[in-house]
Amino acid sequence: MDTHARKLLVIIAEAALEKTLVEDALRLGAQGYTVHDVRGGGRDGERTASWDGDRNIEVKVIATAAVAEAITAHVLATYCPNYSVSMFLADVAVLRPEKFT
Amino acid sequence: MLPDPVVLFFLLGLAARLARSDLRIPEPLYEALSLYLLIAIGLKGGVELARHPLGALAPQVAGIVALGVVTTLLAFAALRGLGRLARADASSIAGHYGSVSVVTFAVAVSWLAARGIAHESYMAVFVAVLEVPGIVVGIALARTGGSARVAWGKLAHEVLLGRGIVLLVGGLAIGWVAGPEGAKPLQPMFGDLFKGVLAFFLLEMGIVVGRQAGDLRRAGFFLPAFAIAAPLAFGLLGAWAAHRLGFSPGGATIVATLAASASYIAAPTAMRIAIPEASPALSLAAVLGVTFPFNITIGIPLYHRMAVALAG
Repeated sequence: MDTHARKLLVIIAEAALEKTLVEDALRLGAQGYTVHDVRGGGRDGERTASWDGDRNIEVKVIATAAVAEAITAHVLATYCPNYSVSMFLADVAVLRPEKFT
Repeated sequence: MLPDPVVLFFLLGLAARLARSDLRIPEPLYEALSLYLLIAIGLKGGVELARHPLGALAPQVAGIVALGVVTTLLAFAALRGLGRLARADASSIAGHYGSVSVVTFAVAVSWLAARGIAHESYMAVFVAVLEVPGIVVGIALARTGGSARVAWGKLAHEVLLGRGIVLLVGGLAIGWVAGPEGAKPLQPMFGDLFKGVLAFFLLEMGIVVGRQAGDLRRAGFFLPAFAIAAPLAFGLLGAWAAHRLGFSPGGATIVATLAASASYIAAPTAMRIAIPEASPALSLAAVLGVTFPFNITIGIPLYHRMAVALAG
């Protein structure tokens, strides 16, 4: 089976950022995205997702290393100073490379 | 007179959370209940609005908008001058206090109804009207002198098309078009069930408020004091303004409650996007941890007394 290397970028952030994060990711070259509602906790406190102001989201994007890095850099500079954001990259293999340029 | 049972549900949620019970209302249900409350409040206001000439309302609407602007500016002055808060935090919190809490309004209406106190029945109009000015003035205060630009178009979309305004104004319009007769089939769902849903919603609010306890402990002395002094001062101002605008004591009680209440749905989202450097923990500790419980337990009866005293 032919597989192709891509990056999976996962961004966990306050739900208030959902719209802008998705817009930014698409503008920087992502072809698609997946959003989940999630809950959790960390250095900035606990997010239990029980009401509006307390919701977290997880945005997943699969893209080439260049696009994933461009999104990462943008999020680090724009949102990380003032918002609670967790972000990581992972190596993944995809079957149809044209979907994830 | 015994406290309203809906308030007792609030206290139950609060106690359960403080005792670390695992009671938890799923978020989709919370959201569904809040949508229901907005539609029901809008619809009822709209039906009543159909009985009144719209033009006669204009001076009252203008007066209430002015009230929202003045309370935001006063809150900002107090937070900045007395509290020495950073500009971003002061403007964000002021915006929360300038805007309104729909649920506090619902509790006030229910409090008046339980005592058979009459009030202008189209008060839901003013809930919709008062949501916006505080948020706009708060954001403007944060940005005066600052270099960061505000994307007003995006923000207007966020605030005006948020579920609060859409459902309140939509409900008002539908109620107004349908009129008392047309809306009758909806009465079992949006009228008769209202109080039960409000009780359910307040149970959840109790849990949410209980969760603020930690942030509140870290907030120091000034902010909790402000969160009680502000509703008292704004309640008095609201009662006075309503008296001057010709409202009945019952209506003035609601205007005072609206002025005293602080938003925890529309404002936090708008402020989070427009003033990223303001701490959401600070404003929510004040709004949810202190002002909301204060208003629904002690505040509303107090605002009614103010309104009655002013009416002479």
